[in-house]
Amino acid sequence: MPNFNAADTLFVLISASFVMLMSPGLALFYGGMVRKKNILSVLMQCFAALCLLSAAWVIFGYSLTFAPGSGFWGGLQWVVLKGVGFELFAEYSATVPNNVFMIYQCMFAVITPALIAGAFAERIRFSAYLLFTLLWSTFVYNPLCHWVWGSGGWLRNMGVLDFAGGIVVHTSAGIAALVMTLLIGRRKSLPHNPSPHNLPLVAIGTGLLWFGWFGFNAGSALGVNAVAVNAFIVTNSAAAASGISWCILEWVRNGKPTLFGLLTGCIAGLATITPCAGFVTPAAGLLIGFFASIVCFIGVALLKPKFNYDDSLDAFGVHGIGGIFGSLAVGLYASRSVNPAGADGYFYGNLRQLGIQTLGVLVTVLFVAIGTVVIYKLVDFFVRMRVDEEDELLGLDLSQHHERAYTILE
Amino acid sequence: MKLIIAIIQPHRLDHVRAELYKQDVNLLSVSEILGHGRQKGVTEVYRGVKESGNLLRKIRLEIAVNEAFVERTVAAIVRGAKTGRTGDGKIFIVPLDECVRIRTEERGSTAIG
Repeated sequence: MPNFNAADTLFVLISASFVMLMSPGLALFYGGMVRKKNILSVLMQCFAALCLLSAAWVIFGYSLTFAPGSGFWGGLQWVVLKGVGFELFAEYSATVPNNVFMIYQCMFAVITPALIAGAFAERIRFSAYLLFTLLWSTFVYNPLCHWVWGSGGWLRNMGVLDFAGGIVVHTSAGIAALVMTLLIGRRKSLPHNPSPHNLPLVAIGTGLLWFGWFGFNAGSALGVNAVAVNAFIVTNSAAAASGISWCILEWVRNGKPTLFGLLTGCIAGLATITPCAGFVTPAAGLLIGFFASIVCFIGVALLKPKFNYDDSLDAFGVHGIGGIFGSLAVGLYASRSVNPAGADGYFYGNLRQLGIQTLGVLVTVLFVAIGTVVIYKLVDFFVRMRVDEEDELLGLDLSQHHERAYTILE
Repeated sequence: MKLIIAIIQPHRLDHVRAELYKQDVNLLSVSEILGHGRQKGVTEVYRGVKESGNLLRKIRLEIAVNEAFVERTVAAIVRGAKTGRTGDGKIFIVPLDECVRIRTEERGSTAIG
């Protein structure tokens, strides 16, 4: 038998199932925010991503991303998991088998493109969505993930720190979301932003996401150790502080705190703390979480109305801005005393790390923006990205899927 | 006095309300209904079983007005609801015998506005 550690392996497998649950969680989180004629289309997008990208990951995604290969992406030697067995692959983990790491990473590859769906909700054709998701995952996510986490990845070798996906997941999905919303255009017939049709669903979704995030962040330690427990505590602290600060902002600015605001704040904190979780102290986690809401609030409540783009569910405003802020915060708050495998940030006397993080974020923003534009144009050319106006007005549930979520009469 | 009943597309409601407010028509009731005219409804499929001709979501407005307001109210609804496509809806105008404001027990035209 290979020399694996049973506790670590079990921990990563369970973390993988936590992260899997984030896709349905995201579906409800987003689904409650749209108008009731579109909820099924959003749920469908999230579940379809779970099916489509799980399959793609096993067939070629894992190999392209994590097999040792060229600078751009991995190799083809692990296609259909050939050679990816219960042996260790030391560069990723010294205690967890390669195929366990593979299925854990699979869940990240699934949820990242699903996050983008918040930007073009209520107006995309389902066929175009599938094609876009598959292409984006293959030509944007797989290479980027390889650069940051893969064996021989150039950003990784340069020292860019991204504990659980602030760059790979949230910055990339957030920037893609912004590009998509600009290219696909505003939703039709909206004199004002529509109210979310079911906030209780948004609350359940937030709960599932918060729960799953423990697998996402603590699980990224890939073992039962001090870093994992620290990441768990930091994650919870940041989500809590961020929920509080969003409430305070609303209370001061609008007179009343809202449930939707609190939930948005929690998610902003979770997205922001993702790159930091395994490198910073719980106190820093509270602080980063507190500021996460302030930064994201500016994006959602001030920038969006000012520039008049229709990021339907704030995929950019929360994940993009939070992800970028968190990825830079690593360069400030990271400490070797928390994680010896990490680095010290500016507040621990290492300004260089902040520079490295900034470079990593800039490269990601550029690469994702260009990649997303190219894929958008391709898909739009072949299958048309946007639904007809009539289908949009009827609602995507009926026009794309011939079913509806709620009935008035039996 | 007339009761104006309008059946419109759900997504035109905001436009219709804006037009009505411009004409000083500020009192209306809105309900969500199902129905169809010439569109013949939509097809739905559940687990592979196809059901065609299902009813569409529509909005029903009810507005009670004095005679002087009838034409401008109707014109405002048309301006707000018209897209020129099948399914835009209909307006029914029916005579109204009496109207009572519950709070004051006023009757007739004074009770309407």
